[in-house]
Amino acid sequence: MPLPIPFIQQCQNLLGADNVIAESECLRVYECDALSAYRTLPELVVLPETVEQVRALMRFCRDHSVPVVPRGAGTGLAGGAMPVAGGIVLGLSKMNRILSLDPVNRTARVQPGARNLAISEAAKSHGLFYAPDPSSQVACSIGGNIAENAGGVHCLKYGLTVHNVLQVQLVTSDGELLTLGGNGLDAPGYDLLALAIGSEGLLGIVVEATVRLLPLPPSTRVLLAAFASVEEAAAAVAAIISDGLLPAGLELMDNAAIRATEAFVHAGYPVDAAAILLCELDGLAEQVEADSLRAEAVLKAHGAIEIRIADDESQRRRFWAGRKAAFPAVGRIASDYYCMDGTIPRKHLAAVLKRISEMGGEHGLVVVNVFHAGDGNLHPLILYDGNRPGDFEKAEALGGKILELCVAVGGTITGEHGVGSEKIPYMCVQFQAAELEQFHRLKRAFDPDGLLNPGKAVPTLHRCAELGRMHVHHGELPHPQLERF
Amino acid sequence: MNDGDLTADIQGRIQQAAASATPLRIVGGNSKAFYGEDCSATAVLDMAGHSGFIDYEPSELVITARAGTRLRDIETLLDSHGQMLAFEPPYFGEQATLGGTMACGFSGPRRPFAGAGRDFMLGCKIVNGYGEVLSFGGQVMKNVAGFDVSRLMIGALGTLGVLLEISLRVLPKPESEATLIYAMADEQQAIKRMNRFSGQPWPLSALAYDGQLLSLRLSGAESAVQAAARQLGGDFDELGEDFWLALREQNLAFFEDDDTLWRISMAPSAASPAVFGTRLLDWGGALRWLKTDQPAKVVHEACEAVGGYAEAFRGGEKHDRIRLKPEIAALQSRIRAAFDPHGLFNPGFCRDR
Repeated sequence: MPLPIPFIQQCQNLLGADNVIAESECLRVYECDALSAYRTLPELVVLPETVEQVRALMRFCRDHSVPVVPRGAGTGLAGGAMPVAGGIVLGLSKMNRILSLDPVNRTARVQPGARNLAISEAAKSHGLFYAPDPSSQVACSIGGNIAENAGGVHCLKYGLTVHNVLQVQLVTSDGELLTLGGNGLDAPGYDLLALAIGSEGLLGIVVEATVRLLPLPPSTRVLLAAFASVEEAAAAVAAIISDGLLPAGLELMDNAAIRATEAFVHAGYPVDAAAILLCELDGLAEQVEADSLRAEAVLKAHGAIEIRIADDESQRRRFWAGRKAAFPAVGRIASDYYCMDGTIPRKHLAAVLKRISEMGGEHGLVVVNVFHAGDGNLHPLILYDGNRPGDFEKAEALGGKILELCVAVGGTITGEHGVGSEKIPYMCVQFQAAELEQFHRLKRAFDPDGLLNPGKAVPTLHRCAELGRMHVHHGELPHPQLERF
Repeated sequence: MNDGDLTADIQGRIQQAAASATPLRIVGGNSKAFYGEDCSATAVLDMAGHSGFIDYEPSELVITARAGTRLRDIETLLDSHGQMLAFEPPYFGEQATLGGTMACGFSGPRRPFAGAGRDFMLGCKIVNGYGEVLSFGGQVMKNVAGFDVSRLMIGALGTLGVLLEISLRVLPKPESEATLIYAMADEQQAIKRMNRFSGQPWPLSALAYDGQLLSLRLSGAESAVQAAARQLGGDFDELGEDFWLALREQNLAFFEDDDTLWRISMAPSAASPAVFGTRLLDWGGALRWLKTDQPAKVVHEACEAVGGYAEAFRGGEKHDRIRLKPEIAALQSRIRAAFDPHGLFNPGFCRDR
């Protein structure tokens, strides 16, 4: 049912006509996030410019029982910002300023729409940076990062968003403004800040954040190690960690990823290697030197056939260029790809990668692997052709099997992208009914009417029942004809 | 240590408590009984017997143990593999358990540089107030499936559920550590110095000021620690390790007093709250211990004025131990009811604030 005209008019009164989008051509921009296979045309998009406008909107939507889907930069990979029927999309893109930067306390106070990379750029002249660096950091916003507890290449050493945010201003579904966290490193009472981070827009709207800035490391070195088998590369990852090293980043690319990126950005990767590892070490020069010697010894002992070292900025950039361009590069060799995000214990890396490759074969699909190996966070890219009928469904089924495999070896269905709309079915695999119910009770403590991003992140038990009892050992998804939202 | 899985017993006790509306006082090693509000429950749920390691593979940097496992046993095991709990949890008694440690959520001097207890929490198994055994999080570093209930348990003092099992991320112990000291009489000067150190890329792992000496700990490769020490100047403190341990365990002379001990969390460079008393600064200035005989009202208001939060850590007026904004207090009550609708767990804690 479309939203009534008076409702839209009142939104215009609250925000100004320029900040309310109701024309279907303009609405199309907001029908999906970066998971473009999942689309719903929104009925109304509102773009508030102030905290007070967000509060007024939330009160207004509560009074009219209209669901609200928060949206940052729309770079999410799990359909978390996908519109819902009968609801509005609340975009935070106009609240994009860095409000203040405090180099002495090493913090930045930012609006939710501020871009991730813009914070590090603003902090650079003070010798500081904001550590979490999701690959979309040029575009993604801090509000979205908080909603998803975003990670990135360097979170192995520097942590996720939850480790790097000190305070959040959150507007609840009834328009209340809450301050979570504090100016110091903690606040009294329950750790509501940790709870809010990664809550996928279900508990409140982030309208301001204070993030921690860290001193830029004076020295950085990247090692590129080539391996004759993916298994050896995976074993080397576990060995580096168990040797006591804590690299800033430790990434793995398989041969398909190496070839795709090499053809795209010419990073100079060894195209015949079955896999490469990129291992970044940073800190004082003496620390980097000591760690580098140890890392080289471990890599050699685990079968590295070649090790290259990049010390200067331009060389390092070249090493990373391929990794950073990996997704678009894969986009060039296949018309579409579907990116998964399971995390597993490192000891299972080799076996799981092998099994994923086999399962790809069984489904007649190619899987490319380029991922955060150091913390066991897989990103299998399943290649498919969206124009070929049934191909996406095949990719989705394979993706589901991969996630079930991750859970079966003691891992999780999502390491950093979030559940969103996409992984709702697999939440029924990872959690028992009582746990899902506990999530819903917690949600109601914040949002009793269930108006914030409904249907995302946590499935209802009814939904799980509809999807069938999807335990890991079962075969095909039951009821594949049901749309998954 | 007698290892035992008492999950079924504990779950039974809680179901029984729910049926008979008998609140429970959750006790592990009873090493931190001084902390928190007064608990009104008389029936004790003894967790110390629910102990033992469940999983530890050094190469995974993860340890999973039952809540009643002694912290000492965990650290001894980790130490034998060159690893540690990087948040340096205080014991406040040899009998301290893992469950009590995480439920209180204290972190030691390494916290600003390595992270707090909650930052190392990967997953847990709990019993909620419905008597249901639930698992959240897991044993992997990155996990964003579902709300972060595991971290919510840290510092919740057991009021949201009884912790049964806990998985923590562990880190390799640094190859080398050294403590440097700087004599400094002026607190403002010490605060300035600590913030300058923190803003530069030194391999810091602790930074404190006791009113006379600024102490700084370096951790890392031997060559890096030595290089940093050369550039930072200051004097080596050969007894540095003892100092950090005594600071963590509150065994320094500063803590021997009958006055109320307040814990103040605030921006590291802000001036200390204007309250008559003596202070000790940890966490590079972000944590300030205050000993004073001033009433709670005075302390809370002075801390609020400098943008900080005060908490009566030892002693003081239990009914005014911490202050929460009314909207936060109301939300906490609703969250508590979502986990423990009958108010079974540690009633008196985390309520009516």
